[in-house]
Amino acid sequence: MPEAFVHAHASHCESGVMSSLLRHHGLPMSEAMAFGLASALSFAYLPFIRINGLPLVSFRMPPRAIVKGLERSLGLSMRFETFRSPSDGMARLDALLDAGKLVGLQASVFWLPYFPPDLRFHFNAHNLLVYGRERDEYLISDPVGETTVRCAREDLKKARFAKGVLAPKGLLYFMTKPPLTPDWARLGRRALARTARIMLAPLPLIGVRGMRLLARQIERLPLADGGERARLYIGNIVRMQEEIGTGGGGFRFLYASFLQELAAKTGYSALDALAARLVEIGDRWREFALAAARMIRGRDALAPPVLAAHLRALSADEKLFFQNLHRAQRAWAL
Amino acid sequence: MREREVPQEGNRSLAGHRKAVYAVADDGKLRLVPSRGWEVEEIVTRQAVEDLERRAEEARARVLAGQSSPLEYHMYRARMDLELLSQSTGLWRWRVRRHLRPAVFARLPLALRRRYAEALGVSVEALGKAE
Repeated sequence: MPEAFVHAHASHCESGVMSSLLRHHGLPMSEAMAFGLASALSFAYLPFIRINGLPLVSFRMPPRAIVKGLERSLGLSMRFETFRSPSDGMARLDALLDAGKLVGLQASVFWLPYFPPDLRFHFNAHNLLVYGRERDEYLISDPVGETTVRCAREDLKKARFAKGVLAPKGLLYFMTKPPLTPDWARLGRRALARTARIMLAPLPLIGVRGMRLLARQIERLPLADGGERARLYIGNIVRMQEEIGTGGGGFRFLYASFLQELAAKTGYSALDALAARLVEIGDRWREFALAAARMIRGRDALAPPVLAAHLRALSADEKLFFQNLHRAQRAWAL
Repeated sequence: MREREVPQEGNRSLAGHRKAVYAVADDGKLRLVPSRGWEVEEIVTRQAVEDLERRAEEARARVLAGQSSPLEYHMYRARMDLELLSQSTGLWRWRVRRHLRPAVFARLPLALRRRYAEALGVSVEALGKAE
């Protein structure tokens, strides 16, 4: 098996893993296509989940949504296994690799030595592929890396059995039934409908309403401590948007790429105009990030209301955008 | 974002790696472009790292002043907090908090020291010192 495996660089770990896995099993699939078909784009502000004291802000669906979403829509079967004992988990991985399987793993970024030190936070829901083993070294295709890497057994074991929020519990997964040849138009249309529904959901924490709520929270940030906490708070949002593998603009460019590809595959050209519009919105997200970073570094005065106004404008833009996406999807004659 | 506008600013936080972003090429199509980093990303990453480093340094000062045990320093150095250390060791939070007291830590049995050392990725000897 490993002789045929081809590594591909991706912006996001889960969509990267799934596109590589599908390609390996005979279905050409770009990262953007995997991301879009799984309806992975989102926005969520979850104040009750705190990481180092800061609320969770996410620009995508929760971990495993892409694997599960593609499993459902492409008619493939994935097997998921978790382990109580680390040595069982490693033994099972070895057995699967010996049987020629390409295995996906969930792991903590902190314990993976091949990651740059500054990026090694305790984030437990990272995904990677293992395509082989040479004695005590595993051959790893980590989608966010440009090339394949190696990882020692003890390090990989620690990363797979890290504890805390979203603890991987040694999760591994592999394909047991290959994908069917998809009906791109039907699947694409359904995926668009799902994403529009999530982004326009009548829930305060999710989608365009979540952005508005976050804007209000930013406005209310206390500045009495000289702005220390406020800076960490907005820095955290920008990290979730740009630094942790989103392809830029909080996955908006990646999703635009999906829309273009879907248009090309199905001939439904209305999606091209939507893609162009989403690129503009992605650029506005980048401007928000830039404005925030300048305030964090003190190049501009810290002014939470300015950032809140940015976010409200983005919320309004995205509301219109996803309404148009919904309409385009409805008007799509299959 | 156009392909030629993709930042290539050589972020220290990427340590020579390139990350994938999506940008519009001259033909109007989006494609994956490797980036050496954007200063904005570096600012927010360094901010988060420096916040953790500051906590570790403050803990070290407390250890040297005899107000806290080296465990607190190692906890922050491993980018953890009380919650995560408690989850990683399987010990109750109140027990971990108690072990942050120098007098309690000094009497800690070897089995518990090993458990902490394992969870924090340091040796048992290193765990006893804040350095």
